[in-house]
Amino acid sequence: MTMRHPPLSDAALGLWPAYRRDAYGIVVVFAGGIAGYFLFPDSLALLTRIVSIALLVLSLDLVVGFCGVATLGHAALYGIGAYSAGIVCLRAGITDPFLLVSIGAAAGAAAGLAMGAVLLRTHGLPQLVLSIAFVQLVQEGANKASAFTGGSDGLAGMMPAPIFGVFAFDLWGRSAYLFAIFLLILVLAILAVVARSPFAMLCRGAKEDPVRVEALGVAIRPVLLRMYAISGAIAGVGGALGMLATQVVGLDGVSFELSANALVMLALGGVGSLYGALGGTVAFMMVEHMVAAINPFHWMTVIGGLMIGVVLVAPRGLAGGLGDLQRRLFGRETETRR
Amino acid sequence: MSAIFDVAGITKNFGGLTVNRDVSMRLGEGDRVALIGPNGAGKTTFVNLVTGQLAPDAGRIALAGEDITRLDTVARVTRGLVRTFQVTRLFADMTPADHVVMTILRRTGKAARILARFGGDSAANDEAYEILAALGLADAMRRKVGEIAYGQQRLVELAIALAHRPKVLLLDEPAAGVASSDVPRIEHALERLPPTLAVLMIDHDMDLVMRFARRVAVLVAGELVFDGAPADVARDAQVREAYLGSYGHASRDA
Repeated sequence: MTMRHPPLSDAALGLWPAYRRDAYGIVVVFAGGIAGYFLFPDSLALLTRIVSIALLVLSLDLVVGFCGVATLGHAALYGIGAYSAGIVCLRAGITDPFLLVSIGAAAGAAAGLAMGAVLLRTHGLPQLVLSIAFVQLVQEGANKASAFTGGSDGLAGMMPAPIFGVFAFDLWGRSAYLFAIFLLILVLAILAVVARSPFAMLCRGAKEDPVRVEALGVAIRPVLLRMYAISGAIAGVGGALGMLATQVVGLDGVSFELSANALVMLALGGVGSLYGALGGTVAFMMVEHMVAAINPFHWMTVIGGLMIGVVLVAPRGLAGGLGDLQRRLFGRETETRR
Repeated sequence: MSAIFDVAGITKNFGGLTVNRDVSMRLGEGDRVALIGPNGAGKTTFVNLVTGQLAPDAGRIALAGEDITRLDTVARVTRGLVRTFQVTRLFADMTPADHVVMTILRRTGKAARILARFGGDSAANDEAYEILAALGLADAMRRKVGEIAYGQQRLVELAIALAHRPKVLLLDEPAAGVASSDVPRIEHALERLPPTLAVLMIDHDMDLVMRFARRVAVLVAGELVFDGAPADVARDAQVREAYLGSYGHASRDA
């Protein structure tokens, strides 16, 4: 093609300019993940849990940050992914980790469709209340269906097979952590593509002004439902990963509390930014871990203080705050960035 | 005359209040019609009925021979009935180019693709550039919409409308809120709309209406009281009554 006009955007220049920043970001995350493996060999279980929750927060960012859905029930999707993978592992004898993660993703996607179908009927406060009702119902369902879920005792005794038949999920959690990093990189790469697609632009448009999007000739509900399914799949991957790493699934995985914490982590990191979601999770869980070790009763106070501080200093979260700092230090960006 | 757009006797009541009563209007290819009327005459309701935001209590709306009365907004837009907004409704963080590309992708059925790159469709990019350049927006096309002048934002609304390649275009006060020095740019753009496009402009800026429209329809208290040549509108007794009211009588008495 001969371009007879200046490019309309960085994305119009070609593949590399469009995805360059994402590629750098993924390399940095990967390097950080590997560094964690060597720097904290005794805390790999914690790091694996951080990655598992980070997948939940990334998934939450897709519906909150990209679509403007208000939800305090997102852990329902994470927990359904964990329970599905756990039940299949225990009852159907499927033990391959990749297959179990795929089952978690499929269950999460299906649950995401169901949750989206309920929540997208309304907006704002009613939506928030519906989301809480949804997660409470799922939790109560998991509690009552004890024949499948183990009820309040939870699900235990899953014996996932070694990865590629070689790397077992052992007590030190090395395989689990490296598997977690692999899943995180895979999800980030997929989301980098999704986030720059025409589809994601429609979601952003629907978040800002649904009437305008409909006047563009696009029905909003199917678009948002699809995003909910993608989000559910990623939450399901996070849940399945948690199941594989700990070989336990409990009711706390489908709780309102986890949903609310995920939203706090997202707000801390920066709504609408994938790396913000990641950074918020790491920051929240590291602080939780350190403060809980010092004083197990008052760690929430410190998290609360941190949250107030972030809201006052950098209302758009850590990612937004860093962006502002960069602009202040190095002058205004000359190009419009997405 | 084969009407591309045919509104036949639509009525809308809000409770006991009839906001539109038996309003009929036909537009053919290339028509330039202005709908005017005093505040509260029901113009906005008419627009909402025609675009599918509201359902009429009676009457029929047809586009290119197809009955669209029961279709929703999205279905009407995809069939070629497109509107602009009285107050610009644009996405503040996106650029004019983004808006136009998104519209072209919708028209070509590619707007909801997940595994494609937004901005990676060179045919859509080329077309978007042509539309934006023709409206004098080439310099502003890469800036965020929230950062460009309001007059330019109004032109972006027009650019989006053109990117739809509509059959019928509804312009809801296209120059509202624009600094008077920028109005000529809007008018210039309106003059260069595709000649076969049927355009219905809703406005009360009489200068703009008189220059743009070849036919004027007047809505008063929910009823169409006049539909004819712009030159006759000021002479029509009912229109004078509605617009000038007691002032009309006062000037006659004086």
